[in-house]
Amino acid sequence: MYAYDELDRTLINERVSEFRDQVKRRLSGELTEDEFKMLRLQNGVYLQLHAYMFRVAIPYGTLSSKQLRALARVGRRYDRGYGHFTTRQNIQFNWIKLAELPDALADLAEVGIHAMQTSGNNMRNVTSDQWAGVAPGEVEDPRIWSEILRQHTTLHPEFSFLPRKFKIAITASEHDRAAIKVHDIGLRLYKNAEGETGFEVLVGGGLGRTPFIGKTIKPFVHGRDILSYVEAILRVYNQYGRRDNIYKARIKILVHELGIEKFAREVDEEWKQMGDVGLTLDHSVIEEVRSRFSYPAYEKLPHMPDELKQAAHDPLFERWRRNSVFPHKVQGYSIVTLSLKPVGAPPGDATSDQMDAVADLADRYSFGEIRVGHEQNLCLPHVAKRDLPQLWKALDRIGLATPNVNLVTDIIACPGLDYCSLANARSIPIAQELTRRFANHDTAELIGRLHINISGCINACGHHHVGHIGILGVEKNGEEFYQITIGGRADEGAQMGTLIGPAIPYAEVADVIEDIVEAYLALRDRPEELFVDAVKRLGVEPFKERVYATR
Amino acid sequence: MVTANRTWDGVVIYRTAQQGWSANLSDAAIVRTSDEARTLLGEATADDVGAIGPYIAPVELKDGGEIKPGNLREHIRSEGLTIDLLPVPA
Repeated sequence: MYAYDELDRTLINERVSEFRDQVKRRLSGELTEDEFKMLRLQNGVYLQLHAYMFRVAIPYGTLSSKQLRALARVGRRYDRGYGHFTTRQNIQFNWIKLAELPDALADLAEVGIHAMQTSGNNMRNVTSDQWAGVAPGEVEDPRIWSEILRQHTTLHPEFSFLPRKFKIAITASEHDRAAIKVHDIGLRLYKNAEGETGFEVLVGGGLGRTPFIGKTIKPFVHGRDILSYVEAILRVYNQYGRRDNIYKARIKILVHELGIEKFAREVDEEWKQMGDVGLTLDHSVIEEVRSRFSYPAYEKLPHMPDELKQAAHDPLFERWRRNSVFPHKVQGYSIVTLSLKPVGAPPGDATSDQMDAVADLADRYSFGEIRVGHEQNLCLPHVAKRDLPQLWKALDRIGLATPNVNLVTDIIACPGLDYCSLANARSIPIAQELTRRFANHDTAELIGRLHINISGCINACGHHHVGHIGILGVEKNGEEFYQITIGGRADEGAQMGTLIGPAIPYAEVADVIEDIVEAYLALRDRPEELFVDAVKRLGVEPFKERVYATR
Repeated sequence: MVTANRTWDGVVIYRTAQQGWSANLSDAAIVRTSDEARTLLGEATADDVGAIGPYIAPVELKDGGEIKPGNLREHIRSEGLTIDLLPVPA
């Protein structure tokens, strides 16, 4: 956990007071909506179809049990008893009243949570690997660098009015769980041949209307220089990024139009001109931030405790363990993913009661710490293996032990037309129907790892481009249709999926996905060949033929 | 019709013929020409304190005068989510 200091607490509290005054002036008519809109967006407040939506940041996906209880309380007190975890380590509340928002923010401020820069054309929540600090083989905890960037860019005047929103993600593992290649800036922490810690810097990735995989702009930037280098990138973007056309304003368009070589030269020139502007990170600064992260006092525990051996006789426990429990860097401990994708439920939603229960379980079994991943699941990062059987039973009682992590029903989905004012089509009912079609866990295990991502519009909040199967809702003559892509992936081998053919009507989407999965099962060359690898080997044609031959 | 969200709580509202707002679609003022729609929208937009984001939306008039939303988006705004509100544990 990261311990905020007095400066952070003062900043957050001042922000709440400021927003309370702004809301008051808006409700009295002193501020027009035109004047107020930017102010509310800077505090994470959108207007959606039915109500205001309130987006709260969960920096680098780390929450304390106390913070999760505060989120549960906001859901219960100001909303309708639940929240929606997003693909960028945020949580959204869908039914909040503007008049009550300052109170909700004040409640969250008590536990160091805020909604600053969860919207608007500024630096958004700096995201990271939800296994940060506990993943075996990790170079070091990437959250230290996320925190440094968070501190530097929060309310930074130069980055508060960028041409468009700006998203950074950081990983320190070989396997990328933070989707860094589809971010405006992606940072991969590693040690170079000299043993120095630094970053491969990628730029210009993103999804939405014009998707791009990020390109490496600098193979290695020393850790001490990362702040100044990122600032140089932002300055070039601020100078040249287009402000005349919202669809061409993201940095990915600038990088694409200039070309990565020219863009890199511009950044190098800016970096050189900046000289020493106080952004070189002293060792002491890095260590100060590092020291504010606390780590559990792990016990010395056996690799295979008796409790685990006994529980292994229960096939239901074993299925869950096989699916949801992952290796930890400390012997005797595990990382446990809590699926927020029960069969028939909206992906990523959790009730306030569930959040409270998870907070209690985190206190009992995970040193009071919870993580949030971009796949819209939660995670307990420090569970002693001896506690796994008890934890499983407790999770099952609150509906959070569905053994489907990384399987076909672990679907990423945006809120879609049920909630979102930008959407063209619904996402959640499609996800719900698919979870029912593939509800049999034996079948899901037989299929193996398969990520289905659903977006209700081209803005791609459901990351459909990088789903192994991507589903994009579009509107045709007032009806909902869905484009299907296959072969996308969001990890270290990130790539965009390929469209298989004409859009499919709403009622046929689940049938089409079943056809694609059946084709895969028939075509894979061995059970271990994942869907996405089979698509890479075979191309889209066999799948296209299967889908459209009879339609 | 012209629809918007109520400023203080975000609830979906409809512009009425009495130059006010109602949360019931059945109270909505129905206009048939683009000039009438523009006039209604102009009045609605003038109420910046009471409503946010007014716009013109289609309706379907059933036999007997019943007003129904004219597209899926407005149907969802009027009738609510097409899914269960709360997560359903398996």
